Amino acid sequence: MRDSLSIWFFSGILLLAYGLLIAGTGIWELFGHAPTPLPVLYQLHPAIWWGGMMTAFGLLYTVKFRPR
Amino acid sequence: MFPIFAPAASLTALLAAPLQQSLVRLHGVDIAVIAIYFAIVIYIGFYLKRASNTSEEFFMAGREMTAWIAGLSFVSANLGSLELMGWAGSAYQYGILATHWYWIGAIPAMLFLGIIMMPFYYISKTHSVPGYLHLRYGDGTRALSAVCFAAMTVLMSGINMYAMAVVMKVVLGWNLNFSIWVSSVTVAVYVALGGLRSAIFNEVLQFLLIWLGALLIPILGLIEAGGWTNLKAQISQRMGSEYVHLWSTTGHFTSNPMGIHWTGIVFGLGLVISFGYWTTDFLVVQRVLSAHSLRAARMSPIIGAGFKMLVPFIVILPGLLALSVLPVHLVPANVAAVTGQPSYNEVLPLMMVRYLGPGLLGLGVTALIAGFMSGMAGNVSAFATVWTYDIYGAFMNKKASDSHYVAMGRWCTFIGVLISVGTAYIVQHAASIMDYVQALFSFFIAPLFGTVILGMLWKRATKAGGFWGLLAGTCTAIGLWVWVDRDPSALRYVALSPDAKAMAADMYRALWSWIVCVVVTILVSLMTKPRPVAELEGLVYGATKLPEEHDDHWYQKPIVWAGAIAVVFVALNIIFW
Repeated sequence: MRDSLSIWFFSGILLLAYGLLIAGTGIWELFGHAPTPLPVLYQLHPAIWWGGMMTAFGLLYTVKFRPR
Repeated sequence: MFPIFAPAASLTALLAAPLQQSLVRLHGVDIAVIAIYFAIVIYIGFYLKRASNTSEEFFMAGREMTAWIAGLSFVSANLGSLELMGWAGSAYQYGILATHWYWIGAIPAMLFLGIIMMPFYYISKTHSVPGYLHLRYGDGTRALSAVCFAAMTVLMSGINMYAMAVVMKVVLGWNLNFSIWVSSVTVAVYVALGGLRSAIFNEVLQFLLIWLGALLIPILGLIEAGGWTNLKAQISQRMGSEYVHLWSTTGHFTSNPMGIHWTGIVFGLGLVISFGYWTTDFLVVQRVLSAHSLRAARMSPIIGAGFKMLVPFIVILPGLLALSVLPVHLVPANVAAVTGQPSYNEVLPLMMVRYLGPGLLGLGVTALIAGFMSGMAGNVSAFATVWTYDIYGAFMNKKASDSHYVAMGRWCTFIGVLISVGTAYIVQHAASIMDYVQALFSFFIAPLFGTVILGMLWKRATKAGGFWGLLAGTCTAIGLWVWVDRDPSALRYVALSPDAKAMAADMYRALWSWIVCVVVTILVSLMTKPRPVAELEGLVYGATKLPEEHDDHWYQKPIVWAGAIAVVFVALNIIFW
């Protein structure tokens, strides 16, 4: 698209922001701030690995499709 | 997938859900996740305004979309939150049979659109499906389809808006007016500013959000249930083995929980309803028409079909998992309204609450909001296009400037949203009209497919044949619906069995209306004078020289990708037979 920001750049930014927020929340919960009631399978810490994965993909897309 | 046929998502039933307490309590981080989404979609609208100055840019996104963007948008326009919640509820109610609406009810039609129909839509350079009907059959058929489509689109948008506001109240405890106005003003702003391009960009974001927000549920659910084999065993023990088989129980209406026969699934759903929706509903076809080349336009629905096949993983599987892991028993919405128990429609939010903590829960709720808003954006952008090109520009003001039509499109977006909001408030006071409007929408889709497909594949089809066939098919659908509505026992004649249930009625009504449309079109065409073949260039198979596509490698050809998707589709149906 003519010298416009790519949709994939927007996707990367969104993923990065969400990934950092969610992974950060997961890490915060590790230090005595677990939610109540605890979600089922909370011991797997899905917020950390799901948020971490989103952060990684978000970073990749943000850098790869950044405006030049 | 088709909101009009989702049994558990019956909108009247949704309204009957108890409203006194919310299912979900959001934390600060969840609110932040939702706020970031709203900020980005509004920014996209303002950012894309500079690329939406001509009518081609505003209504057709400049025909610059890649196959991937158009394909994701194509499948995303149909992936609304009501559909997600409704079909997850259907999976809980009917078992794996609900998957038919995502596989046989979508994949063959999407592949057919990409391989057979797309060249004619694309080569004709039409802006819309009514626009193609104009080129092929003339003004009468165009007017009939455009007026029906425009009216039904904004009405459906309003009904979905109200139903979604009710869901937000049930799930989050949000005020109805707050949900209606915040979502509709946001959609109006970003679509009016950026046009179809803005709607498509947001649909791609929505697609990502839905997967990110919903995918954790089946993953964690399967871990808790001990894997697919254990899940099947648990469901078979609790509910019966018919809940985990796609085809083996459809030999008779009474041997499966849906009360349906395989002929209805194959011919009614797979052939007529699905082809009607995926190949002629302008809401989804508009996304593909925005592709930058014929090859991209052909690949878009094929890419969409690949992703569509995966959707049951995040919609049907959570419903099945709920049968195994949820400690509470869900009931129909009308029962829930009396007893206070959770209803089928709440299965997805309940599963979200079960597995998702702060942050992840906000992501799941954002996915639902995004699904609703992009569905509404799809409706209003399609409405603006059909109104401007096929009603206003075709019959009221044929010689206006390009900038005038763009301004009309922007105003139409606001007006479409306002009509939708008005409809939402009318529905608030007269809920029963919702199911009638949904039924109205369904009347038109099946016969329209008959008209379009005959127009594309049969040179002999005439202007009069197209018009009278479409009208007769639509009237047949209305007549059958009224007949069964007044006398429910008539269902035995419509669905050819005394054991048929409501789902079967939808399928057979579509099948009969399509057959009537095709027969009347053929008969009237044979009695009227055909158009010269030279006039059908670019519109009809056999009268059109399709441009050659030069792919560097054999594996880049759309037909190869469509074949691969078809093989996976057949394999999945056999595996889950």
